[in-house]
Amino acid sequence: MARTVLNQADITRALTRISHEILESNRGAENLVILGIPTRGVALARRIAETIARIEPTASDVRVGSLDVTMYRDDLGQTRTRTPTRTEVPGSIDGVTVVLVDDVLYSGRTIRAALDALGDHGRPTIVQLAVLVDRGHRELPIRADFVGKNLPSSTEERINVHLLEVDGDEFVSIDGGRLDGRVADDGAAEDAS
Amino acid sequence: MRHLLSTKGLSRGDAIRLLDIAEDMADVANREVKKLPTLRGKTVVNLFFEDSTRTRISFEAAAKRLSADVINFSAKGSSVSKGESLKDTAQTLAAMGADGVVIRHPASGAPHVLAESGWIDAGIINAGDGTHEHPTQALLDAFTIRRRLHRSAARGKGLDGVTVTIVGDVLHSRVARSNLWLLTTLGAHVTFIAPPTLLPMDMSAWPAESGFDLDAAIDAGPDVVMMLRIQQERMNAAFFPNSREYSRRWGLDDERFGRLAPTTIVMHPGPMNRGLEISSAAADSAGSTVREQVANGVSVRMAALYLLLSGDREDS
Repeated sequence: MARTVLNQADITRALTRISHEILESNRGAENLVILGIPTRGVALARRIAETIARIEPTASDVRVGSLDVTMYRDDLGQTRTRTPTRTEVPGSIDGVTVVLVDDVLYSGRTIRAALDALGDHGRPTIVQLAVLVDRGHRELPIRADFVGKNLPSSTEERINVHLLEVDGDEFVSIDGGRLDGRVADDGAAEDAS
Repeated sequence: MRHLLSTKGLSRGDAIRLLDIAEDMADVANREVKKLPTLRGKTVVNLFFEDSTRTRISFEAAAKRLSADVINFSAKGSSVSKGESLKDTAQTLAAMGADGVVIRHPASGAPHVLAESGWIDAGIINAGDGTHEHPTQALLDAFTIRRRLHRSAARGKGLDGVTVTIVGDVLHSRVARSNLWLLTTLGAHVTFIAPPTLLPMDMSAWPAESGFDLDAAIDAGPDVVMMLRIQQERMNAAFFPNSREYSRRWGLDDERFGRLAPTTIVMHPGPMNRGLEISSAAADSAGSTVREQVANGVSVRMAALYLLLSGDREDS
């Protein structure tokens, strides 16, 4: 059975806190570029950018975009062909602080791919990572700088993230392992990877 | 997608997916590092039994931008000129571990033979076979039209309601055939204009109209005019009296070009015979997409190589 771990209000609160933390750690919003990893990371990145603009009215120039990592994945030969999505990097990222945003941090392989992709667009001074959910089970030496919720989980379990912009409803839920099987829609399956 | 052999039978969904991926590939050309690591460790063989510079370097650039290793094989001066059969060539390439083979061959159907014979387990892309098909050319033409019409909002769209007039040697043209099937699948309406001797005998199975009168076709105000090259190498009979007469009746000269609406897209797959099928003024005009077609060719071929060579090939 799916158990809801975060509802819409919880998600909003988590993103507001992450936005404050980003501003705090960077001492403002100067030179900040927020890049979401498709699909749901892009929606989250937009929300964080809006929240930052609200908290810090002087920060009118927070740049937000999307970074598709499909072509940089290390499992391209092992799964069905993935369809890439759009990359929109707003202007040059040389010498700026880039905050990568994703919904679920799991193995860390998506973020490894994102770092490679980023390097082909320019050379940011600092790269930080914000995620809505950190579910553990890292396979690479990667950690998040800003975390909405730590959700220790078993590899048997599935984390589903739904956002209004993408799914029409909003929650984070966890499916309990073996008994449920792994038959949910593939969109959510990719989030957990 | 396991092979790309023809546009006939390509579904609308697959075609749009490929064009959308090509949009992403086109963005790569504007970046600081114009290369993706996607096909690292894969080997692509350009197997060309017919002369071609443009298509071969376009495929070569596409494969290299995806980090694949490229081996160029041209029939001239190779074992083929010593009498090696297609089967032996294919098995040689298979033994070398080719993951993808881009083949151009004077015989219609050669790519199909390669794909279905079991001689080689690589993904096959048809880069032009005889007078049959040239699917990546049609895909880049469709991509170019779609980008001109919709600019940055092109993703996900077809070519519904677009009228395309294709002029020239339809009889021998694999570009015309591939475009017919692809453009029709995408919702466009195709008209062929050619001398009676350069139209196929029976076109009843083709979802297109045809005619002999270029002036009437121009006055009908098509969205796209595509001029085909007069292929001197296939002119093995007297299809028209001389090139001056062809140019006068079926060439896009300055006068005809002036009658086209300024928004009309003028296309040519290249290489152009300036002054024969297309005038310099038309070829160099703002409506001409000749150079865009070359640039887009690389993006479209990157998308095709990606779809064929990434992913678990057992599944696809």
